[in-house]
Amino acid sequence: MPALFRRVAEKDRKTIRLFVDGHEIEALEGDTLLVALLTRTRQLRHNEFDNAPRAGFCLMGACQDCWVWTEDGTQLRACSTPAQPGMRITTTEVPWLTNL
Amino acid sequence: MTTYPTNRMQADVIIVGGGFMGAATAFFLRRQGLSVILLERDLVGQAASGVNFGNVRRQSRYLGQLPLANRSRDIWLNLPRLIGEDAEFVMSGHILVTTSEKDGARLEKYAVDCKPYGLDLTIMTGDQARAKFPMVGPDIRTVSYSPLDGHANPRLAAPAFGRAARRAGARVIENTEVCAITKTSEDFIVETRNGQSFQAPLLQISSGAWGRAMAASFGEDIPFAANGPQMGVTEPLPYRIGPVIGSASSVLEEGVYLRQVKRGNIVYGGGRRSVADLVAKRSPIDPLNTMRQMPYLARLVPQIARLRVIRTWSGVEGYVGDNLPIMGPSSKVPGLFFAFGFCGHGFQLGPGVGMTMAELIATGRTDIPLEPFHIKRFQ
Amino acid sequence: MADEPVIVIGAGPAGTRAAQRLVQAGLRPVVIDENDRQGGQIYRRQPENFHRTPEKLYGTEAAKATALHTDFDLLRPRIDYRPGTTVWGVSDEGLMTVCGQDVTIVPFSRVIIASGATDRIMPVPGWTTPGAYSLGAAQIALKAQACAIGQKPVFMGTGPLLYLVAWQYLQAGARPAAVLDTSALSTRMKGLLRMASRARVVANGVRYMADLARAGVRLHAGITPRAIEASNNQVSGVTWCDSRGRLRQVSCDAVGMGYGLRSETQLADLLKCEFIFDPCFTQWRPHVDRNGRTSRPDVYLAGDGVLLRGADAAEAAGQLAACAVLRDGGHSVEDTEFTQLHETLAIMNHFGRGLAEAFPWPAHLAGALPDETVVCRCENITAGEIRRAAGELDAPEMNRAKALTRPGMGRCQGRMCGLAAAEILAAARNVPVREVGRLRTAAPVKPLPLNCTVKS
Repeated sequence: MPALFRRVAEKDRKTIRLFVDGHEIEALEGDTLLVALLTRTRQLRHNEFDNAPRAGFCLMGACQDCWVWTEDGTQLRACSTPAQPGMRITTTEVPWLTNL
Repeated sequence: MTTYPTNRMQADVIIVGGGFMGAATAFFLRRQGLSVILLERDLVGQAASGVNFGNVRRQSRYLGQLPLANRSRDIWLNLPRLIGEDAEFVMSGHILVTTSEKDGARLEKYAVDCKPYGLDLTIMTGDQARAKFPMVGPDIRTVSYSPLDGHANPRLAAPAFGRAARRAGARVIENTEVCAITKTSEDFIVETRNGQSFQAPLLQISSGAWGRAMAASFGEDIPFAANGPQMGVTEPLPYRIGPVIGSASSVLEEGVYLRQVKRGNIVYGGGRRSVADLVAKRSPIDPLNTMRQMPYLARLVPQIARLRVIRTWSGVEGYVGDNLPIMGPSSKVPGLFFAFGFCGHGFQLGPGVGMTMAELIATGRTDIPLEPFHIKRFQ
Repeated sequence: MADEPVIVIGAGPAGTRAAQRLVQAGLRPVVIDENDRQGGQIYRRQPENFHRTPEKLYGTEAAKATALHTDFDLLRPRIDYRPGTTVWGVSDEGLMTVCGQDVTIVPFSRVIIASGATDRIMPVPGWTTPGAYSLGAAQIALKAQACAIGQKPVFMGTGPLLYLVAWQYLQAGARPAAVLDTSALSTRMKGLLRMASRARVVANGVRYMADLARAGVRLHAGITPRAIEASNNQVSGVTWCDSRGRLRQVSCDAVGMGYGLRSETQLADLLKCEFIFDPCFTQWRPHVDRNGRTSRPDVYLAGDGVLLRGADAAEAAGQLAACAVLRDGGHSVEDTEFTQLHETLAIMNHFGRGLAEAFPWPAHLAGALPDETVVCRCENITAGEIRRAAGELDAPEMNRAKALTRPGMGRCQGRMCGLAAAEILAAARNVPVREVGRLRTAAPVKPLPLNCTVKS
């Protein structure tokens, strides 16, 4: 899959593995979730109103446009959450257990 | 024919206060053929009318208010035809839920009592309710379902009536604060802070929490408090909560309510209120109340706990001592009418109040029973 | 609450120097930092397992960054440091903070807010496409994560940061496809006169431009942005009009955009500090005296969160606000300390005004945005919707426009779109932008989990 971000240094860190939309990806220790995902993929979420892909904007916790979900429905702001080994992330909202 | 000073604007009716009640009255007065001047201190629908929860709910109202609420509901359904927009009204249904036996018994009794007024409610057990509304939490044991109620957007409704009134020929004058109202033998003279003067034989005070002082200036004071609702809204999520869900608990802090708008956000409120500042024209939203609301919201809909609050707010609402509005003619001054102090439950009534007050002002009578709301009850 | 601690919000240059000065006077301040590590944005630290040198990370500012970090590390045992903690509201009992799911009420005797700034954004068609970032984001990706936002990014906007970030990308081996500056060369020359007071800073800027030009990066001045183009849901190019009005295009895979900065003023607003319109920066900000005192006797402001003067000024302003706190609290502070800081800041003020003149906020672009351009990226509200609020719905100011058609209603509370939305509203109503006011702040300042609880 083509990625958005490109690593330019600090590539000799320990690798960690996490899951994004069910696929295992490799990231580096010290990555934020945003970087872990965008060095592998091209989007983090979809806007609720036009469903267009979004990939964050400010990277400093201000724009609120990089929220992703864990598979249990917890939301994480990808730019300010460190990636952890074994995390299971989804880029679409996790439906409630009890849907209409 | 009276002759007026040329610099003074005149009309058949002056309405002081451009909230939902004032704006709707202005609109319906034009349909009665009367000329109207609506004076609004700030912008139409900015105070209580614009910050409330947006409930278009009849159930659990004081029974004597149901004829008015029924009339209002009929108008809500017809808003697009009447004023050209729907103010996001959706007939989503409304459920009141309880966790206690005592509150459940109260709901059951109300469902029987309201039937003669044309309000049909379905009482469900918790399990029956969860089968129909799966988002309802496991603690809920009795539910009263009102399928024909719903919700609308309070930020849009009153301004929409204001614009419709203007299109219909009312003079809607914003940013104009009334500082004095006097009565001559025939007419009311209304003076404003920006030096304007208005004159009419008929006058309605519909200035919400500020109405009490105006009524008192005509010798009709009432027990009154100005409070602020504690509102909030979550981030958007796919639309999946149908009805408005409110707690029927008799414990103040448990009494929270929520609704999901079609765009996806969940709007909520309830519990304690803050004390309003009528001079500063605002009520604080206490973040501790936001914290207090959280567990009770999650009791209604447990999945809400995984969301985030993105904004909270309050506003200035007028509460009358007996928790019923002041609506109808003055008991002392001919030509003077009141429609204020709707105690945090006026939004649903807005269109009906407008139509009924217009009827009353234009014809001197209305079929809607208003006795319980007459200001004379406090004299 | 006289017995309560002094709180410092923010641990960038201003917050750090404020805390340090308070500690010097024997106080033990609470320092609340939204970031997980001290440093703020401009001196943001890389994760502990990264190895780049300060020179590599902070260039000419390496010594200052190192000093700020080292000094803070020395302070640690003498302050109550709360990293990863956001102040989200204000109650009668104190500041409401949240860390994870734990809400804490923090009483204070006085509070110094050093909340910093974010990029000032002018929307452009296509700016919500993946690959389009703020300039600050482009820099943070590089500095804190050793990543480039793309292989060949375009940097568009105005201000000195445009050239610094482009230069940093060049150094990192991600050669920019172009630098597009809305400020014309002649405009920049005018501002330069005021900027002569800090020749070293100007010389750095000139060097960045020269290095970029030497590396073959085209630097375009006086441009008018047209659109960020997308292909397959990713940035593929930028179109703009050059200073002679010709439509131009450049291919790229990412855009970093920014038009100077905007202060983070929400907390001062929740604390009911008085605001004024600052014509120099063409934005509303809290009113402060020369020492950072606000209209409220227990609230002080320092750094880019109130006056956009950059990191050096922020260090001085942080120390100055701490001096004011100390003096107002009955501690003795020498007059000479105040005087020296005032002198330092006078130069910074002059320079800041020069920068604002040289790289002006292109307000006129807002009025010309096509109706279908998304302005509020949270709620997906277009310029046309804001104009509908201005016209058909008759909204005279921003909060009314927000109530009627939702610009600024979303998760970010208008941080990204608010200033541009105000320009669109003002242009549509043909009034100066100050007359349409500013978006009121509502708690929570950042989204607050509904499963959090008050920790006593």
